[in-house]
Amino acid sequence: MIMDARNITTKERLAIPRQEMPAQDPDIRKGNFQEVHLGLTPELAQMEALRCIQCKDPVCIAGCPVNIKIDQFIKLIAEGNFMGAVRKIKEDNVLPAICGRVCPQEDQCEKVCVIGKKREPVAIGNLERFVGDYERLTGQRVDPEMEPPTGKKVAIIGSGPAGLSCANDLARFGHKVVVFEALHELGGVLMYGIPEFRLPKEIVRDELDGLRRMGIEFRTDVVVGRTITIDELMEEEGFDAVFIGVGAGLPWFMGIPGENLVGVLSANEFLTRVNLMKAYAFPSSDTPVFDCKGKSVAVFGGGNTAMDAVRTAKRLGAKHAYIVYRRSEAEMPAREEEIHHAQKEGIEFLLLNIPLEFIGDEKAWLTGVKCQKMELGEPDDSGRRKPVPVEGSEYLLPIDMAVISIGNGSNPLIKQTTPDIEVSRKDTIVVNVNTMETSKENVYAGGDIVTGGATVILAMGAGRTAAAAINEKLAGTAKHYNEW
Amino acid sequence: MYRIVSAIFLAENIKKIEIEAPRIAKKRKAGQFVMLRNEANGERFPLTIADSDPEKGTITIIAQGAGKSTRELNRKEVGDTIADVVGPLGTPSHIENFGTAVSIGGGVGTAIAYPTAAALKQAGNYVITINGARNKDLVILEEEMKAVSDEAYITTDDGSYGFSGFVTQKLQELIDSGRKIDFVLAIGPIPMMKAVAEVTRPYNIRTMVSLNPIMIDGTGMCGGCRVTVDNQIKFACVDGPEFDAHLVDFKNLSDRNRIYLHEEKQSDEAFAHKCRLPQHT
Ligand SMILES: Cc1cc2nc3c(=O)[nH]c(=O)nc-3n(C[C@H](O)[C@H](O)[C@H](O)COP(=O)(O)OP(=O)(O)OC[C@H]3O[C@@H](n4cnc5c(N)ncnc54)[C@H](O)[C@@H]3O)c2cc1C
Ligand SMILES: Cc1cc2nc3c(=O)[nH]c(=O)nc-3n(C[C@H](O)[C@H](O)[C@H](O)COP(=O)(O)OP(=O)(O)OC[C@H]3O[C@@H](n4cnc5c(N)ncnc54)[C@H](O)[C@@H]3O)c2cc1C
Ligand code: SF4
Ligand code: SF4
Ligand code: FES
Repeated sequence: MIMDARNITTKERLAIPRQEMPAQDPDIRKGNFQEVHLGLTPELAQMEALRCIQCKDPVCIAGCPVNIKIDQFIKLIAEGNFMGAVRKIKEDNVLPAICGRVCPQEDQCEKVCVIGKKREPVAIGNLERFVGDYERLTGQRVDPEMEPPTGKKVAIIGSGPAGLSCANDLARFGHKVVVFEALHELGGVLMYGIPEFRLPKEIVRDELDGLRRMGIEFRTDVVVGRTITIDELMEEEGFDAVFIGVGAGLPWFMGIPGENLVGVLSANEFLTRVNLMKAYAFPSSDTPVFDCKGKSVAVFGGGNTAMDAVRTAKRLGAKHAYIVYRRSEAEMPAREEEIHHAQKEGIEFLLLNIPLEFIGDEKAWLTGVKCQKMELGEPDDSGRRKPVPVEGSEYLLPIDMAVISIGNGSNPLIKQTTPDIEVSRKDTIVVNVNTMETSKENVYAGGDIVTGGATVILAMGAGRTAAAAINEKLAGTAKHYNEW
Repeated sequence: MYRIVSAIFLAENIKKIEIEAPRIAKKRKAGQFVMLRNEANGERFPLTIADSDPEKGTITIIAQGAGKSTRELNRKEVGDTIADVVGPLGTPSHIENFGTAVSIGGGVGTAIAYPTAAALKQAGNYVITINGARNKDLVILEEEMKAVSDEAYITTDDGSYGFSGFVTQKLQELIDSGRKIDFVLAIGPIPMMKAVAEVTRPYNIRTMVSLNPIMIDGTGMCGGCRVTVDNQIKFACVDGPEFDAHLVDFKNLSDRNRIYLHEEKQSDEAFAHKCRLPQHT
């Protein structure tokens, strides 16, 4: 330790540069699926933690959707009390190793960090990740304290971040919790969507082991609505309450000609084949994926999913891996870091471009996409400059595979099989935002099925809000919330 | 893990397997399917639920060895397990009393048509079944089909049993004989379903087909199973698998089903190489 956490002046703190996260070299990592970031060492983490000036009014906390006590956990890191930091974070966030990796920090906690006004903000995400990893890698699991059993039973539908965080809290309150998952693998998007090079699956499995130790039961291969309905869970299986965390649903397509050619797929399909079904290991795993080797692949969209898809294609050997996005980089919804990583890995960005039509050969295989260039026009009502097509700028981009990544709708299954749960026009589930209760009594919902595609941390926050409300309700002390 | 309680070959390469899956057995309706995964690292693949016994808590599937996954499944015996069985998936067949209903099955499609034919019979239809196979040895479910039919026909391509010719010829013969047909269900290879659609189109006979696009999750998450029906995108695993035959773009389906031919062959050959044991019948 070069500096003593207790005797360091603000000026000295401000002089420390943001500590760089060690990473795999771009030229090497674009050929493998191992994690890009290698993690801060304890020395780097302590040094970074010293950059936090311990504000009297830590505005960063309000920037975090679950209000982690950021100043406090960082102080503990600076003092070298890493396990203390683990405990502090876990008061508010049960999945620090995951959120530290996937939160869009530049739009949340780090966006409002005061240091960021003149310098680079404190690397809150990297520190959080360090703490989460420290707990796992040193094997000093902080298992939460559990209240005595209440005899109440709650069913959780879906094992994504919303369902897992809700399950965690409910188990701590002493309720019996059973999680039902449609797929054969637990974890939701954390498992089948976000690739290994960004979120190693071992971390998710480790979190799941922690939940199992708390007595939470997991049942895979159960599609609620089909295998069993919510009414049956409550009436026949004796569940006192249900939390729905089924995530987003059917992928959207663009509705342009040629979208059904062979070689056009959704990002969900591409990522599911590679991540969930381990197609990268074909033929030792059975599920194939489009052979990208030496081919040209274009991904349409600008979000995290698009970045994950295009970087996956590159890792599968694509010669050209393009992002085709209709606005400019500033508007891309993806995490900043992912965009930068993608650029360094040789992803080619075709910004201000829209696809008009997919072109195929006589066997209906994709051969190219007709695109048109856009330019930024007058600002629209939201103040954003709207892209408008440039007349006569059409051109043909030869590609072998197209991945559509423009978002998802909502899976209609719950609505179809539980009509008394109110949904919006977009089929998202309507809830009371204070309790996450749906229009059906004792049935709660949260995560992407309520908000539409959002973030891991928002889904987790929703799961926790619901758990608190369910706990109150089951204890018979529920307050009455009328505002919807 | 799902335990196999009975397993018998119905014909060469076509096996009937009864699996313990009490929740699915209780819930399933005609026209629905399950997604299976033989082992960890296996692929997820769909099979129609041919029958179920809610009391016993079992479902029955009938699989034709088409490639690695189905062949591997068909090697399993009583007492063996299947890693995952998920369902019942898909929208159940729309069943009503149409009047006279003709159920047409081609090859293993007969197994897929069987539960719906049974449901049509139960709903009070006059049920005619036409089941086609390439030859006598490949005819399956003859007794079962007879039991749910008012009239049952078998056709073989080589004339070795029953009517000599294609199922569409038999159907045309029925139509030409002046029989009033109110509903047709056709399940089998894509060219067969397309041919049936063309036979019934001029007569405006309501015709349903069960589509077999490549599925991955089977729960409506990936969009891999999308088919073009009435010029719109539909997801066969949630909106189907049954669709109005006169609105289906069959060419698009058969084009799209060819995407992994090369990889499927690779898998199958590797599997054959690994076992080298003869397939028993
Ligand atoms: C490729 C990709 C990358 C992303 N990257 C980021 C990122 O970097 N940072 C970030 O914050 N967010 C990211 N997101 C968004 C984030 O993953 C989601 O907002 C979050 O996972 C939503 O959590 P959830 O619990 O609501 O749903 P999900 O994670 O979608 O989990 C829902 C689970 O429910 C199951 N399920 C569905 N229907 C049923 C049913 N009927 N019965 C039983 N189970 C059912 C599903 O199989 C699934 O396992 C990304 C999303 C994708 C697709
Ligand atoms: C709703 C539905 C119900 C079905 N019911 C039955 C049934 O009751 N009995 C039966 O024998 N077959 C049925 N099939 C077909 C069966 O799913 C395929 O034969 C099987 O998946 C082939 O896998 P494989 O590895 O053995 O062969 P492969 O060598 O992988 O493929 C052989 C052919 O099967 C098709 N296929 C491959 N993978 C899939 C997949 N994941 N999903 C769908 N089709 C695929 C392709 O057209 C391919 O060319 C059904 C298909 C669907 C969509
Ligand atoms: S959970 Fe996300 S937003 Fe909150 S402090 Fe951690 S990284 Fe920042
Ligand atoms: S705003 Fe920045 S400097 Fe202030 S407490 Fe939060 S992390 Fe530390
Ligand atoms: S198989 Fe994935 S949506 Fe139908």
